[in-house]
Amino acid sequence: MKKIFAHPASLIPVQTKYCAGCGHGVVHRIIAELVDEMNMRERAVITNPVGCAIWADLYFNFDSVQPAHGRTPAAASALKRILNDHLVICYQGDGDLAAIGTAETVHAANRGERFTTVFINNAIYGMTGGQMAPTTLIHQKAATAPNGRDPSVPAGMGYPVRVLEMLATLEGTVYLARGATDTPAHIRQLKTYIRTAFEAQTAGYGSTMVEVLSPCPTNWGVTPVQAADIVADQMIPYYPLGEIKNTLPDTFRSRTNGGAQ
Amino acid sequence: MKGNEAIAEAAIRAGCGAYFGYPITPQNELIAWMACHMPEHGRIFIQAESELAAINMVYGAACTGIRAMTSSSSPGISLKQEGISYAAGADLPCVYVNMVRGGPGLGSIAPAQSDYFQSTRGGGHGDYHVLVLAPKSVQEAADLTYLAFTLADKWRMPAMILGDGLLGQMMESVVLPEYSTADTQTDKDGWTVGNMEKTHRQAHRISSIMLDPEVLEKKVRERFERYKQIEAEEIRYEEKNCDNADIVLVAYGSAARVCQGAQQLAADLGITVGLFRPITLWPFPYKELERIAKNGKPVLVVEMSMGQMIEDVRLAVRDRVPVSLLSHTGGVIPTEEEICGRVRQILKEEKQ
Repeated sequence: MKKIFAHPASLIPVQTKYCAGCGHGVVHRIIAELVDEMNMRERAVITNPVGCAIWADLYFNFDSVQPAHGRTPAAASALKRILNDHLVICYQGDGDLAAIGTAETVHAANRGERFTTVFINNAIYGMTGGQMAPTTLIHQKAATAPNGRDPSVPAGMGYPVRVLEMLATLEGTVYLARGATDTPAHIRQLKTYIRTAFEAQTAGYGSTMVEVLSPCPTNWGVTPVQAADIVADQMIPYYPLGEIKNTLPDTFRSRTNGGAQ
Repeated sequence: MKGNEAIAEAAIRAGCGAYFGYPITPQNELIAWMACHMPEHGRIFIQAESELAAINMVYGAACTGIRAMTSSSSPGISLKQEGISYAAGADLPCVYVNMVRGGPGLGSIAPAQSDYFQSTRGGGHGDYHVLVLAPKSVQEAADLTYLAFTLADKWRMPAMILGDGLLGQMMESVVLPEYSTADTQTDKDGWTVGNMEKTHRQAHRISSIMLDPEVLEKKVRERFERYKQIEAEEIRYEEKNCDNADIVLVAYGSAARVCQGAQQLAADLGITVGLFRPITLWPFPYKELERIAKNGKPVLVVEMSMGQMIEDVRLAVRDRVPVSLLSHTGGVIPTEEEICGRVRQILKEEKQ
């Protein structure tokens, strides 16, 4: 009998430390499935971010590197330049990517560094306990925004950053897509986006990034089901799903037509 | 060649496979040489967006086992400390150059030695050391750069070349080392990332995080056992006329170079001046200096800082002999005459 479903070889069969309803586990699973499907397990390197996903090296069954907070794109740039036939995955959270590591993110994208960033946007700092992130929504409460994010003076907390739209202006980026983990349909669509980004990387195109709108029930103070609803009702309207930029050849373009928008 | 250029070329000859830099005076010739010559050798060169990015590129590169390097000057080295601490914590070999300039803050762009504490005490957060090599000439800068890559690999830790603006900008003739043919990457197969398919080995995980305090303490203690071995094996220094001297100068790098001139001036006056020059600043040659102090002659430390190495000198000689300091800072260089004058003054006061 043909085996059509199994635990991915790229994912170690252990229970994760992630909270119930967290999106990291889903995204880890997608990455592991794709690495297996592309037969890249022994030629893959992931950089783990400082944040909840610092534990990624406990779960992925391939090589990993853990750089400083926000500096993963710099380390990944060097890794990919040296291991240029490897799949280099730069896994980052919103504080890591869009606050402390903004410069590294922008310049690696601008150089067209050929690794793929998987950007988990849960609109909050998870590991440190729910502080305001650059992607925290207006009026969303956080440990450091107890009355909700207020961009107006004197609070002056700024506006939620749409990273992909910002990076889309850079010549070095070739594929920027945004998915979500709130529904099975979105998860399937997300996998297509990440697959396209990985295949664009191995084909030698420029900078690729997939942003994932991911729930954080613990720090949002809601149940996992409510958290999924928040992604659908509050995050997606502000952070539209879809391919924000795709300048890949038509062969890449055709496979991602349709799906969630 | 300029000191900066000699260091860059020596690094290429040592097999540096990846260099990442960010412009800052007075080390700009180094990054320019790398921009020109690394690609010629098929090596990797990236001008990073910041010193932070450059050192973290070094971190990423070092994880693959390639010989990786960055360079900067004082304010830039302060920025790199985060990455250096991570590299020390993940036991990654790498080489970095500090062409020190006057500080603190933006300071001046003139030569200084005021980063001694930062260099020899680790520099970033946490319990660690880096190997610190302090050349006095362009030739020695080239030789020690070559050596730095060997030592970094041997001990699996960061190694730094501590120069200053004078050394970086000075032109001298230099005999460059031969191109290394050593396969320095294969030696590291036991821990590097990439090319898992060669041996179908288990996954390698490079990280400095150890949340369990007991586990981290054990790891740090193991590292300090290695540091003890380094202290036993890697001390380098130069001494001249110390045994029969009337007074012993202690200085490193450019300051030691000026002291050599002062030695000659004093010799013309019939004064025998010894010179003790640490070449490795970490590990510091405490025992060797202690031995010299047993002669009972006064010690004069000459530093281009407010007096930082003098603390190590005092640790070495304890209260056996009087230790005084001739210090300039901010980028001011002492003169031979000034040192010679101070030598005469100390000897005169000693007689009284």
